[in-house]
Amino acid sequence: MEWRLDGEAPIWAQLVENVKRGIASGLYGPGDRLPTVRDMAVEAGVNPNTVQRALAELEREGLVYSQRTSGRFVTEDASAVAAVRKELAEAKTRAYLEAMADLGYSREEIVSMVDGKSKKEEN
Amino acid sequence: MAILKCAALTKKYGRAPALEGLDMAVEPGRIVGLLGPNGSGKTTLIKLANGLLRPSSGQILVDGREPGVETKKLISYLPERTCIPGWMSGEGLMGFYADFYADFDRKAASDMLARLDIDPRAKLRHLSKGNREKVQLIMVMARKARLYLLDEPIGGVDPAARDYILGTIISNYNPEAAVVISTHLIADVEKILDDVIFISRGRMLLSASADDVREKHGKSVDEVFREVFKC
Repeated sequence: MEWRLDGEAPIWAQLVENVKRGIASGLYGPGDRLPTVRDMAVEAGVNPNTVQRALAELEREGLVYSQRTSGRFVTEDASAVAAVRKELAEAKTRAYLEAMADLGYSREEIVSMVDGKSKKEEN
Repeated sequence: MAILKCAALTKKYGRAPALEGLDMAVEPGRIVGLLGPNGSGKTTLIKLANGLLRPSSGQILVDGREPGVETKKLISYLPERTCIPGWMSGEGLMGFYADFYADFDRKAASDMLARLDIDPRAKLRHLSKGNREKVQLIMVMARKARLYLLDEPIGGVDPAARDYILGTIISNYNPEAAVVISTHLIADVEKILDDVIFISRGRMLLSASADDVREKHGKSVDEVFREVFKC
């Protein structure tokens, strides 16, 4: 997957976001085995301990579970996957609305712009 | 127990101090960035750990011992300048390393050379400068050492080579070992660091986990470094 990491937030927290994005988008499907810590670290270009910490957080949140010998897997709980997808979508929406408000757009203008854009793309 | 420990470590060249009363420790299982501007004492510290220099005062211990024959078995060292002999081939060089170091994994080394499409029979002086640097790193990382001391492993390489070097470090170091990477190119390495140590003029300014630095300052380690060392 394509890892998006920038400077500011702690890297483990950014890795959590990235894996959540992978789960929400279906790249990592329910019950899929995740890459090993080492492979994920090499792929994302980060420290294996940091990946470990991110996966522990995902386990704590119930999105990932580990099986002693065979590795880590994505949860099979469809409602947990749906919830994470919604959480990410809401965060994106919040960020979008804030950016538009900064540019001085009103609710109505934003709605009509989104509507106009999606109609254009349909045609 | 710390694999590398310095207490009041001081090294002077003539009158000029390169390190002054440095206290620090590196724990096993960590990738540590030894970060400081040019002339801050990074290379001096690494040479002291390798027993290539002797402290003027204070102490440096590797796995609880003073640097010497025994500690050289534990340390895999990448010097600042490439020092592999040009008249040797990759094959010859691997034999050389295997003779010197009991922990050298020849198969791992030759797999890595093959992945780079380097002909093991070619003389090393016929390789490009970039490939010679990679060959040296491969030799260093193919050892199953307890402490890797990498002095400026990414100085002056292109971004693709840098990714290759960092990937090679991550995929080869053993999780019980510690890796110390000295550099002033923080942005390039900060994602792979567990801990950071800032040194300046031979003294330690900061020692913390990289994520703690980011969390505390709300900035990348690179930005914090630029602020601390603003000219």
